[in-house]
Amino acid sequence: MIFLNFFISGISLGSIYAIIALGYTMVYGIAKMLNFAHGDVIMVGAYVCFYAVSRYGFNPFLGVVLAMAVCTLLGIIVERLAYKPLRQAPSLAVLITAIGMSYFLQNTALLLWSSNPKVFPSVIGRGAFKLFDGALSVSHITALTIGACLVIMVVLSLFISKTKLGKAMRACSEDKGAAQLMGINVNATISMTFAIGSGLAAIAGALLCSAYPTLMPTTGALPGIKAFTAAVFGGIGSIPGAFLGGLMLGVIEIFAKAYISSQLSDAVVFGVLIVVLLVKPAGLLGKMTQEKV
Amino acid sequence: MKEKTKYIPIPSRSILPERDAARDPVLECVNLGITLGGIKAVEDFNFTIGRTEIAGLIGPNGAGKTTVFNLLTKVYQPTTGTILLNGRDTHGMNTMQVNKAGIARTFQNIRLFRNLSVIDNVKTAMNNEMHYNMLSAILRLPNYRREEVAAHRRALKLLSIFDMQNMADVPAGSLPYGAQRRLEIVRALATNPSLLLLDEPAAGMNPSETADLMDSIRKVHEMFQIAIVLIEHDMSLVMNICEGICVLNFGHIIAKGTPDEIQSNPAVIEAYLGRKKEA
Repeated sequence: MIFLNFFISGISLGSIYAIIALGYTMVYGIAKMLNFAHGDVIMVGAYVCFYAVSRYGFNPFLGVVLAMAVCTLLGIIVERLAYKPLRQAPSLAVLITAIGMSYFLQNTALLLWSSNPKVFPSVIGRGAFKLFDGALSVSHITALTIGACLVIMVVLSLFISKTKLGKAMRACSEDKGAAQLMGINVNATISMTFAIGSGLAAIAGALLCSAYPTLMPTTGALPGIKAFTAAVFGGIGSIPGAFLGGLMLGVIEIFAKAYISSQLSDAVVFGVLIVVLLVKPAGLLGKMTQEKV
Repeated sequence: MKEKTKYIPIPSRSILPERDAARDPVLECVNLGITLGGIKAVEDFNFTIGRTEIAGLIGPNGAGKTTVFNLLTKVYQPTTGTILLNGRDTHGMNTMQVNKAGIARTFQNIRLFRNLSVIDNVKTAMNNEMHYNMLSAILRLPNYRREEVAAHRRALKLLSIFDMQNMADVPAGSLPYGAQRRLEIVRALATNPSLLLLDEPAAGMNPSETADLMDSIRKVHEMFQIAIVLIEHDMSLVMNICEGICVLNFGHIIAKGTPDEIQSNPAVIEAYLGRKKEA
């Protein structure tokens, strides 16, 4: 039963990683860049939600919606100002810009909101479902997190496969030049990808800080890196891969904390990543890129 | 060989300057040129094509044929000259805008969206005629359904021109080679062009596939009444299908004329057809 408890908290943590990893993987799939500022968008989302709820007395769900709106806008602005001018630049330049943007967001947050940790109010309270006569306890936030992740996955998959915008995204991820020659607005599609990824990051931020209620300007950094790892683990560029990678990473992390050592858990996580990449260099669900004939 | 005249309602020869070049041209290129890496890849390219004409662009390898297509579709911005599309200067447009203005193309090395299904490849090219936004897509509002259904129908109809409607759900990358080439033409047609550029549509096809392709191109031409420019090395295709032919060598036009005139032009024979004879 304890095993099951750990498993569920692993899935819950993994759900958060999966939601964040979606942002990395979608942006990578379409813009072929690693947006290392993505983790800090989570932090901004969490702060917006925190202030909306604690200072201005918003309903928590309204707070999350507000955070999504702010982060969506932030994602679009970051892309427009920092990445769009580098569309033709070598990928290393874009990578460095992304790291710079990450520090810029962290330091702006430090300036605006100070380094004092804030105690984040859970969006759903601290109650728990008791199952099997209390042997298994699933907190509301855990259940909400897993549910949110599933809903996001389903809606996003339908969006990608069934709508013209989703098809434009997939077309751009395969061949931007050909897509543009077929009349697709590639810039708008890239903007939209950043918008969706950043909106999801806001949800992840609220869920993350509800489960681990310490909010600081660096809150987004480590989950961001872990989610990036999850995206690579599952096969970067693949949406089901981000889902699978996120969940597995969460479960491995919690099990490593529980059964091996809580100090070593991150080392175990990254060790598993290395082993997976040795066996499957493109990640679990990633496709090896084919050479064009 | 089917009779050629049946498919061509208005036989025009506007590619030929001495005839009716000015009559309702889709495309006019004036002194078009580009310098790539210090080399004049194309220079003084003067070319006009009428509303319902099929023209061929031929020349030895490296003559600049695909470069011309890249100039017309704004993959490259020309260094000199102007391109008028339906009388409108395309200066400053990007590839997307030029597509909206009416030029669609295929690629020498097939550039389909390989992981998308056949029908999704076609529907992707219809992006501009669907106007619903993200909200109505997520909420599945009536306009989303209506537009998606209409696009689906039209995509199937376009695919049926090439008898591909029963492959609609197959990933494009798993199609046989010839079918991929045909799908590229369908995808280009889905953008509603007034000028279709085909870059070596018969490359790698056997003679019977080439004959089928020729019929299909004629059918497309008859159905849509559009202008078509094709780059092709298969001389039987070019000579049979094109009303006018333009020959490029080292970035310059060395001859323009009807298939018969081109076949007997000494400069062309020297540059191109002379070498072809042994094949």
